[in-house]
Amino acid sequence: MLQGPSDAGNGLYGRRYFLKTGLASGAALFAAHGHAAPQRPEWMRTPGAGMSIAGSPSRFEEHVQRSHIGSQRGTDGSGSSRTPLQHLDGLITPSRLHFERHHSGIPDIDPDRHTLYVHGLVKRPLAFDVDTLARYPMVSRIQFLECSGNSFGLIAPQAAQADCAALHGLISVSEWGGVPLSILLDEAGILPKGKWLVADGADSAVMSRSVPLSKIMDDAIVALYQNGERLRPSNGYPMRLFLPGWEGNACVKWLRSVKVTDGPSMAKDETSKYSDSQMDGSAKLFTFPMDVKSVITQPSPGLDLPAKGEYQVAGLAWSGAGRIRSVDVSVDGGASWAQAMLDDHVLPKCATRFRAAWRWDGAPAVIMSRAVDDTGAVQPTREVLMSNRAPGAFYHMNPIQAWRVDGDGGVSNVYV
Amino acid sequence: MSMSNGPSANQVGLLVALCAFFSPLCLAQSPGLGQQVSAVELQAVDFTIMPDGSGLPPGSGDARRGATVYQMHCLSCHGEQGVGGLNDRLAGGHGSLTSNSPVKTVGSYWPYATTLFDYVRRAMPYTAPGNLNDDDLFAVTAYVLFVNGIVGETTVVDANTLPGIKMPNVDNFVWAVPSD
Repeated sequence: MLQGPSDAGNGLYGRRYFLKTGLASGAALFAAHGHAAPQRPEWMRTPGAGMSIAGSPSRFEEHVQRSHIGSQRGTDGSGSSRTPLQHLDGLITPSRLHFERHHSGIPDIDPDRHTLYVHGLVKRPLAFDVDTLARYPMVSRIQFLECSGNSFGLIAPQAAQADCAALHGLISVSEWGGVPLSILLDEAGILPKGKWLVADGADSAVMSRSVPLSKIMDDAIVALYQNGERLRPSNGYPMRLFLPGWEGNACVKWLRSVKVTDGPSMAKDETSKYSDSQMDGSAKLFTFPMDVKSVITQPSPGLDLPAKGEYQVAGLAWSGAGRIRSVDVSVDGGASWAQAMLDDHVLPKCATRFRAAWRWDGAPAVIMSRAVDDTGAVQPTREVLMSNRAPGAFYHMNPIQAWRVDGDGGVSNVYV
Repeated sequence: MSMSNGPSANQVGLLVALCAFFSPLCLAQSPGLGQQVSAVELQAVDFTIMPDGSGLPPGSGDARRGATVYQMHCLSCHGEQGVGGLNDRLAGGHGSLTSNSPVKTVGSYWPYATTLFDYVRRAMPYTAPGNLNDDDLFAVTAYVLFVNGIVGETTVVDANTLPGIKMPNVDNFVWAVPSD
């Protein structure tokens, strides 16, 4: 039971309360349930199933799926699917549930016939097959990948009635392992005129983005591994570009060619698509970093509160600029805030799990979260974020997000 | 047979190599396993066309010929003259970017004409990319520019002329990263 005064209005208990009571997380928030002594169920009366070559989730978890799968008309591989954030906890997105955004389907690449070419403004153009790259020194880091179109639904003038996956499910978190691209470029020898790099995929669209070399030499990797196994085909098997903290579209999957150039190629996706239109008709190019952001995953639409009482408020916060410094939570529509408890892993350019406890009194409420990163950047309000955007401009939406809890416990999307 | 107590030169060499490989401080050291690439190989792999036209192949086409290519390969998705198809609208929308309903097309939004050739060569037609020859690519590029009123019906589009075609919206882009 939550005891003593709350940390913010409307029954919210945050980090301060957890530290005071010694609760490391939101565990033990619920009163013990008072059922009769249970019978020994059938699965305790006969030996269970045998071993298998690979595991899969419980059959009772089949509802935890990627959702909102959509593709451009006349296609089935030019669109996206969303991570079911509202059904997940912790940090890592199971690989099978990592969101997808493809431009011409998922190629079925034979790794023995795949080569990465490093060329352009280099002294020695080089080719690397998959087995060769796997012999190189690698790094692995737990980091987020977010489509810059994530949360685009929040540009709608009226709050769209959709669940957390539909609204915010174009972000996932993985342990990405691979070879620093700087090593390969050093081996090839970048010529002084080289300033950018054009990355091409081996999908049928030869998907392409230009990236400044400064980012590439800082922390870009050619990822071979995701969560300990080789990349899934839907995440770029056998190799992808991974740019920590930068928009997903630039992390070219099925990486086939990296060409050092003296400037950007002005590829279709970096000009006509992933550019940010302003009110005056101008547009920003190369808005790569994903800004500080958070979303409450529980409660959220579809996860109704069955009765008044104590609940955990949990969510994810992330920033392409660095670590999450703090997350504030409000359960009174922003009138008061309490700092949330952060899980142990607060990693750079990674999502961080935050938690708070809420004693809901059964009255309608609006719950919100607001993240701050270690550069001091604060997640903006929707009003501020939208103020200079052209109508329909939907990339890089990171506003403070609110859910309304009705008196009957129903949860819905709302603007405050 | 040498009876030296110290490590042999070979052993020292191996140690240095291992340090270079495994030390976190030396992570930028490459084991040097990249294979040389021939110019022919690179030409086949390199799709990049820059705004200055570098990377464009020989060949040429105009909108008159491009109309035929368009009818055969593009019309079913992009509609008559680039409007009203199932997928991205290619033409029109000029002057709409400051309105309440911006219409982004090749003509109203795209900053560089070279991007059109680059993208079509990579990715189009959607169900069979790689099937258009260079003359067809220049021709259909010319056609999409023509239906946007950017070139004439018989303007020859090739590696020399394409980078010089000024797109109407080119001056409305600002870079969010340093330009050099």
